[in-house]
Amino acid sequence: MPSLDDYKGRTPAWCPGCGNFSILKTFKEAMVELGLAPHQFMLVSGIGQAGKFPHYLKCNTFNGLHGRSLPVATGFRLANNKMPVFVVSGDGDCYGEGGNHLMHGIRRNLNIKYFIHDNQIYGLTKGQGSPTTMEGMPTKNLPYGVLSNQLNPLSLAIALNCTFVARGFAGDQEQLKYLIKEAVNHEGFAIVDILQPCVSFNKVNTYEWYKQRVYHLDNTYNCQSRAEAFAKSLEWGDRIPTGILFKCRRPLFEEKIPFIQDTPLSSQPFDISKVGKTLQEFFV
Amino acid sequence: MDYTIKIGGEAGQGIQTIGDTLSVVFARSGYHVFTNQDYESRIRGGHNYYQLRLSDKPVHCAREAVDIVVALDKVSIMEYEKQLAQQGQIIYDSQSLKEKHEGNQFLDVPFVRLAVEHGGNKIMANTVATGAVLGMLGIDIEILLGILKDTFKKKGEEIIKANVDSAMAGYDFAVNNCIKCSFVSAETSKAKMLIAGNDAIGFGAVASGLKFYSAYPMTPGTSIMLYVASKAKDYGIVVEQAEDEIAAINMALGASFAGVRAMTGTSGGGFALMVEGLSLAAITETPVVIAIAQRPGPATGLPTKTAQADLLFALYSAHGEFPRVIMAPGTPEECFFLTNKAFDMAEKYQIPVIILTDQYLADSQWTYEGFDLNKLKYTDYRLRDKDLIGEDYKRHALTDNGISPFAVPGKGNYVVVTDSDEHDEEGHITEDAQMTILMTQKRLHKKMPAIIKDMAPPKFYGSDNPEIVIVGWGSMYGLLREAVDMLTNKYKIAMLHFSEVYPMPDTENFDYIKVLTEAKRAICIEQNVTGQLAHLLAVEKGFRFKEKINKYDGRPFTLEQLIGEINALIG
Ligand SMILES: Cc1ncc(C[n+]2csc(CCOP(=O)(O)OP(=O)(O)O)c2C)c(N)n1
Ligand code: SF4
Ligand SMILES: [Mg+2]
Repeated sequence: MPSLDDYKGRTPAWCPGCGNFSILKTFKEAMVELGLAPHQFMLVSGIGQAGKFPHYLKCNTFNGLHGRSLPVATGFRLANNKMPVFVVSGDGDCYGEGGNHLMHGIRRNLNIKYFIHDNQIYGLTKGQGSPTTMEGMPTKNLPYGVLSNQLNPLSLAIALNCTFVARGFAGDQEQLKYLIKEAVNHEGFAIVDILQPCVSFNKVNTYEWYKQRVYHLDNTYNCQSRAEAFAKSLEWGDRIPTGILFKCRRPLFEEKIPFIQDTPLSSQPFDISKVGKTLQEFFV
Repeated sequence: MDYTIKIGGEAGQGIQTIGDTLSVVFARSGYHVFTNQDYESRIRGGHNYYQLRLSDKPVHCAREAVDIVVALDKVSIMEYEKQLAQQGQIIYDSQSLKEKHEGNQFLDVPFVRLAVEHGGNKIMANTVATGAVLGMLGIDIEILLGILKDTFKKKGEEIIKANVDSAMAGYDFAVNNCIKCSFVSAETSKAKMLIAGNDAIGFGAVASGLKFYSAYPMTPGTSIMLYVASKAKDYGIVVEQAEDEIAAINMALGASFAGVRAMTGTSGGGFALMVEGLSLAAITETPVVIAIAQRPGPATGLPTKTAQADLLFALYSAHGEFPRVIMAPGTPEECFFLTNKAFDMAEKYQIPVIILTDQYLADSQWTYEGFDLNKLKYTDYRLRDKDLIGEDYKRHALTDNGISPFAVPGKGNYVVVTDSDEHDEEGHITEDAQMTILMTQKRLHKKMPAIIKDMAPPKFYGSDNPEIVIVGWGSMYGLLREAVDMLTNKYKIAMLHFSEVYPMPDTENFDYIKVLTEAKRAICIEQNVTGQLAHLLAVEKGFRFKEKINKYDGRPFTLEQLIGEINALIG
């Protein structure tokens, strides 16, 4: 059984008090509780404070380009569909630079889990507005503040029939661990948007701000109903729901490719002896 | 015997079917064939042509002079009458075109009427035309009839008979009415294989153990994907249409990292979107093969035409400094074997390798006796045996030759870590100055000498001590070669052709720079406006061309055009 010690990584270069610390701790605990050892899964990330996440634990890692983690994860998963594949990303990384990939990643429905550290700001580049920054928030680079409407990632995901859509909060580790584990155990593409206070650059959406607003979805909520989930996902402001907003089952992309069902592509040998026969096809 | 047939018409009229069928007939008859196509970026209408050259000797390029024009539209007559060879003939259907042409060079074949009379349906008009061409050339029709029987097997006896009768009707009509036809066809010989440039790249990839291909459609690169997709089930290759080219290359890198051979393909515009991914391949040392089928730019340019204007783009694209290899095959055979070499080098050195082709070569078909498959190389450079990989495995370990053993993740009790940031040996992010120097040197300086050694020198062909050397790269091969053949009686002429373009091969085994400096005249011939190979030779090897021939109208040279340009330059 893996232990927390196995997950010891480099020392984080995050600001003291950053919401990322508790996500990191929770993620490690979730992996241990799931019985996953560092070499047994693949973690892909992009660029940003969240993108550095894999260096601060220990596991197979591809820390790729800003916004491009999902395509890398897609290629990896198709080449090795026996290995769990996770992605960590920031709100800019996932919803801004990588927005197109997110849309199509949801459509594909590979068995990939996407954890988004949503601090509603560009942290690493020091405080520019992100797609989830609230409209009107002043930023140094925009003379009139953020003029665009705030993106609602959960509504977007539900609209696209994403098979697992959840919201967590870095300040609620118990629930977050539950959500991470549920996402991992879910069969299909999963999104967990994690509200993550950025103590350095987001002076609006602080720990306090989130704490006053978040509430758990309880048993009376039916996460199987897409319409109900969509309505619930629109709730943002005085009250912000956390938990699993939507869950459904769609056939997995990788299940539709017959020849990778028994052996993943990465373990399939190349049979060069076939080439002669293929050459004959050119003798038209 | 060296005949050129040009089939012209609107998109959707079936010139492709006629052209393809004739190509197959000729290849099966054992003739050497070269075909090329010119089409517009539209599905219906406009004007396209399909040109075939057949001979009893090897042929490598298109000719200007046409022996038989099959005119399915009026434009074909207007445009190609002036291209007719001495005894050339235009066949057309005066009823369909609603115009009648007088003169010895015209043969009015009632394609539609014969189709209706013999096949019962005017859609067989193209079969009539195909039969008529064979009748004019005096080539045995049995092979065509065999092809028709195969093609329509599923559709039943009736359809087969209708097609066979239509073909016969066209054939007989030509035999009886083409009194001026003086075509003499050579003896047939052993059937040849017929292969187009992009199919050869796709086949080369498949034959190299390709397991993953992701791309976004873009002419003229798409047909590589189509070929690979046609073999996906048989060979177990995952083919995915990405949402854009950025995703395409990143997916390929993800798959490659997981331990499989991966490739993407596009044209210049799509490659423009991939360049950050190219840089990612470089710093993460993840092998990938990228095919770029060039078309004229800038931007959307001429989507279905040809150019060689992306050599320097392929070479200098992407930020940062890192090694890359550029292959520019000159023939379908080279498309096949250089794709194989591209995979081998990508895997061996853990670098991106680019295959540069263009619309002209992509869509050209050549005939061969066969490919020597013993020349294929397949070495699995990845570490897959978990017993050989310790728990302390370091993905980017510093080694003497710069190559760090690449373990496949998940086989054992180790982790494989890489980063688009500068990283240490383990693959973790670093900003350390010394490590930055070490990693840069590892990737570039340490690998480069061996990479250069692997690059084959340019091909030399022609006179031993040439006074005139014509130089080119990529799809120019066939034209240069036939130009040398045509001009060899007139001048002491030779050619140098680069298909392994970058890094420029060293001159140890073959001093091609000496060949250039010793010649009285060295002429660099390219399908671009600035002379990109000429630039590269100047920068890399200090050789400056004084004379260049550049064509940049989106159309390939014909042999006669090129010879005209060379003669004009030499005077
Ligand atoms: C192509 C590209 N554009 C821009 C950047 C600069 N950049 C790095 S991180 C980042 C934004 C990070 O914001 P987010 O994804 O929300 O991550 P956070 O730092 O907030 O965790 C930007 C713009 C980059 N690295 N690459
Ligand atoms: S800038 Fe914000 S997100 Fe980045 S480490 Fe600091 S607190 Fe965390
Ligand atoms: Mg952010």
